[in-house]
Amino acid sequence: MARTLITVPTAAGEGEIIEVRALIQHPMETGYRRSGDGDMLARDLIRRFSCRFVAAGKAGEGELVFAATLHAAIAANPSLLFHARATASGTFVFSWTGDNGFAQTERSALSVR
Amino acid sequence: MQKPSNRRTFLATTAALAATIVVRPTMLHAQDDSLAALVRAYANGAPIREGRVKLDIAPLVDNGNSVPIEVVVQSPMTARDYVAGIVVFNEKNPQREVAEFVLTPMSGRARVAARIRLAMTQKIVAVARMSDGSCWTHTVEVLVTLAACIED
Amino acid sequence: MARHVNAFRIGLASVMLLGANLSIAQPNVLDVRRSGFDFMQPATQALQRDDTQNPAMLWVKEGEALWKKAEGAAGKSCASCHAEAKTSMKGVAARFPAFSAPLKQIVNLQGQINTCRTTRMQAPPLVPEHQTLLSLESFVAMQSRGLPIAPPSDEQMSAARTRGEALFNQRIGQIDLSCRDCHVSNAGRALAGNKIPEGHATGYPIYRLEWQNVGSLQRRLRNCMVGVRAEPYAFGSDELVALEAYLAQRAAGMRLESPGVRP
Repeated sequence: MARTLITVPTAAGEGEIIEVRALIQHPMETGYRRSGDGDMLARDLIRRFSCRFVAAGKAGEGELVFAATLHAAIAANPSLLFHARATASGTFVFSWTGDNGFAQTERSALSVR
Repeated sequence: MQKPSNRRTFLATTAALAATIVVRPTMLHAQDDSLAALVRAYANGAPIREGRVKLDIAPLVDNGNSVPIEVVVQSPMTARDYVAGIVVFNEKNPQREVAEFVLTPMSGRARVAARIRLAMTQKIVAVARMSDGSCWTHTVEVLVTLAACIED
Repeated sequence: MARHVNAFRIGLASVMLLGANLSIAQPNVLDVRRSGFDFMQPATQALQRDDTQNPAMLWVKEGEALWKKAEGAAGKSCASCHAEAKTSMKGVAARFPAFSAPLKQIVNLQGQINTCRTTRMQAPPLVPEHQTLLSLESFVAMQSRGLPIAPPSDEQMSAARTRGEALFNQRIGQIDLSCRDCHVSNAGRALAGNKIPEGHATGYPIYRLEWQNVGSLQRRLRNCMVGVRAEPYAFGSDELVALEAYLAQRAAGMRLESPGVRP
């Protein structure tokens, strides 16, 4: 489980556009670096990030708010900033997937007045 | 010998600093073949125009390992008129692609920020694709120097 | 072309002015010493200033979890003895490195954490720069953020500090430079893409952009040594401990910024 730091309000007015920042601890090894011994360090990247919103009382995986496909040019410990429109109360679902079976999901509840 | 004026000293200092990093908006030229080809592929036949997209890169960067970028697109972000995607390409890293972002009307605002890696001085291109298929682009050149005291 | 260049220079001047206004002010307004923070570009300063963006906060978060995690044969966690870090660790990082009476030697924060592990938790010590040590060091150091660096006045520290000062002034390596040559004689001047800071250890452990990782002052000192093509002192060596002790003395009174971000 990688450490994550998600900054998102837990409450918002209806229609308000909120700012979301998702930070995750990950080396984002490019596959182009060599170790001190001269061996190639194997590529190990987070490939995809998505933020979906599941409205309260609704089933399913929710609506897509934002998604990103990341490449080796994304800095280590990737940080993504994006926005979301608060329409109804529910839960944000943040998901990261990547090489070597990396998969992590975090959630954050949002209450909309 | 003439004593340097204050203005000259100030300009010399800023010029020395400016020599480190300069950000200049540039046009995407025909000679950037692979970059232009990738942008055209993303545009999927739609004409590619400059404007509406702003790629913001900090003018002075401490280290190529972590370069903050921000892309802002003018758009109402309604169900009928929104930014469907933003892609960022580089010119001289081992790979051209940096990231592809997917936005929806639920995004509310077409503003995305991330930290990227730049191996050397090069151009960065952001392309925004609207819900109507039209594409808008902004190209910026960034100067990157290597760190002085590295580990190995 | 000329119009564009002028606009850039104005922009640059504004950026410099902005940087100047947002520097880390020292507690004493007459203190002319400047933290490494002041020599960084605004984007890097913004990264350190914002806890939602500072990558070192990931290590702090990890440290916060590890603080409560029991480890070792004694079944204890840091919290078992130290309760809430916010209270018990306030001011601690600002006093390190310090003389450890039981060990009869000077230890830095990582060394103290290892001492707690072996003597109180009956857990094995961790190698220098181990992610667990860095996470705990980041978490503990942050509890002293904003406080003035306050090296202890033990007589046992003075020999190390004197030695540290001698090492600071000694030219080393194929490039034949001392710490003083860069960080005193040439502080503020450009070295490759960065401005040379004064070399005050105000932000450790730092997230160094070059490492893409959090690391300690000892790691950074070893980098400098490699930079001048000298064989770096080993982690935990008397020389590095002496340098840490001297640098803490040299920065006494300056605000601790841990966890810092540095180029």
